[in-house]
Amino acid sequence: MKKRIFPLLLLAALLLAACGGSTAEGLTGTVNTDGSTSMADVMAVLQETFREREPGITVNYSGTGSGAGVEAVLTGRADIGLSSRPLKEAELDKGAVAWTVALDGVAVIVHPSNPVSGLTLAQLEQVFTGQVDNWSALGGPDAPVAVYGREAGSGTRGAFEELLGVTDRCDYTNEYGSSGDVVGNVSGNPNAIGYTSLASVGGTVSALAVEGAACTEETVRSGAYPIQRPFLLVTREGAALSPAAQAFLDYACGGEAGPYIARAGAVAP
Amino acid sequence: MKRRIKPAEFAMQTLFLICGLTAIAFVLLITVYLILAGLPAIREIGLTSFLFGRTWASTHATDPRFGILPMILASVYGAAGAIVLGVPVGFFTALFLAKAAPPRLAGLIRPAVNLLAGIPSVVYGLVGMCVLVPALRAWLDLPAGDSLLASIIVLAVMILPSIISVSDAALAAVPREYEEASLALGATPVETYLRVTAPAARSGVAAAVVLGVGRAIGEAMAILMVAGNVANMPSLLSSVRFLTTGIAIEMNYAAPGSLQRQALFSIGLVLFLFIMLINILLNLALKRGKEG
Repeated sequence: MKKRIFPLLLLAALLLAACGGSTAEGLTGTVNTDGSTSMADVMAVLQETFREREPGITVNYSGTGSGAGVEAVLTGRADIGLSSRPLKEAELDKGAVAWTVALDGVAVIVHPSNPVSGLTLAQLEQVFTGQVDNWSALGGPDAPVAVYGREAGSGTRGAFEELLGVTDRCDYTNEYGSSGDVVGNVSGNPNAIGYTSLASVGGTVSALAVEGAACTEETVRSGAYPIQRPFLLVTREGAALSPAAQAFLDYACGGEAGPYIARAGAVAP
Repeated sequence: MKRRIKPAEFAMQTLFLICGLTAIAFVLLITVYLILAGLPAIREIGLTSFLFGRTWASTHATDPRFGILPMILASVYGAAGAIVLGVPVGFFTALFLAKAAPPRLAGLIRPAVNLLAGIPSVVYGLVGMCVLVPALRAWLDLPAGDSLLASIIVLAVMILPSIISVSDAALAAVPREYEEASLALGATPVETYLRVTAPAARSGVAAAVVLGVGRAIGEAMAILMVAGNVANMPSLLSSVRFLTTGIAIEMNYAAPGSLQRQALFSIGLVLFLFIMLINILLNLALKRGKEG
């Protein structure tokens, strides 16, 4: 019995020593982030991976909306604000500083057999609000358009409708509960048009060019592809960040977090 | 003489009691939770505009609406349509199995029906999505085949096994003497089955129908994949949203504490009341069957 217990004790002691060591060397503290609900997925991935690097730092996220997030960092209620839109003039005047953590591109997808390869923003608006309901008006065959979208509350739907200027005006044929469902159903219906985050397009559907810009990571990064928005971390000019908050900012905006950001469906800048 | 209960007996009795109480505890827990979680939104929205509102726009930026009439109607029409398609087929299958089928053929059909009951609902949905929906789109020249009609067909197939097995048991329980008397009076076998056996088994068949309604109203996964899920006022060939799929599709991203999320719990409460009502009807049908 004794013989068995001894190695276990030794192992436990070693583990304890190892844990103690890393916290002693690493930073400790709490980073409060506040803002955009669309950034929930990206923040979740960043929180998770950052915890592995800096176990002593707790990163809190509360989804209140971009405007409230910027307001929170300007008044000092949060360490870092989160905004899924460019900062406004008034916010910049108050000393808000933006750090781009990711770009969020929304791809417009159709069935691979669809001869239409690109649309303008005006055409997309007409299609998604139900003013155009036949592909022949868009240079395609004489077939009805089936407009597929996401359910109310989805971040992709919010981003797409907002960027196209059709918030709450869309006339959907069908709604689906996940990106995978939208892609799967578009790939099964030659009449369909839908949208999904850039990362989930895959090979079973084709992504339309918008205003002549193909939908790829490069065109999103260069700004040529129009249906996109930045994910920003916001700090206040002149206010020193705590070491913990600075470490998180460096991690999130450094190249190392890129692959994880892609996993959350966004494009690393 | 005093009766002594052995300790082992007593322990087992207690164990049985605890197991029995667990089921009751869960029913109570779910009921209380649903009522507590479902009432706040109804109070805020107003009962009439919640139950009879025709527009569901739960995340509208300026003018959110929480009317679930489209979902209530879709659930009712969906269940009714499934009954209209499923009950005749199921009833005649049961009549065939109980009375007319050669034993060898019945021995083939019964396991097939039981197998149908064992297929997970997501598989029904998958087949509906990959076969039925594209077929409806092509035949009827629709933009998309996801519709109330597709849901009704899927639900009708899904409720077949329960209708068949319950009706089968009810028909088989009809005393042989009834049929013999009818045959002796000169009625043909088919006349006997339809005029004597079926009426004698009617409460069992009614129970089968109510059971089918219950299954059809409560189903979510299969119809989530074929209904299209837009909260339109239901029509046969357009996309519809049921009470069940209304909860399922929006729960993922409904912000905690928001009215949208609370309203989804209220839909759950309405669905729960529907199912309770159906269970009461089922019990009544079964009770009448025993007395008659």
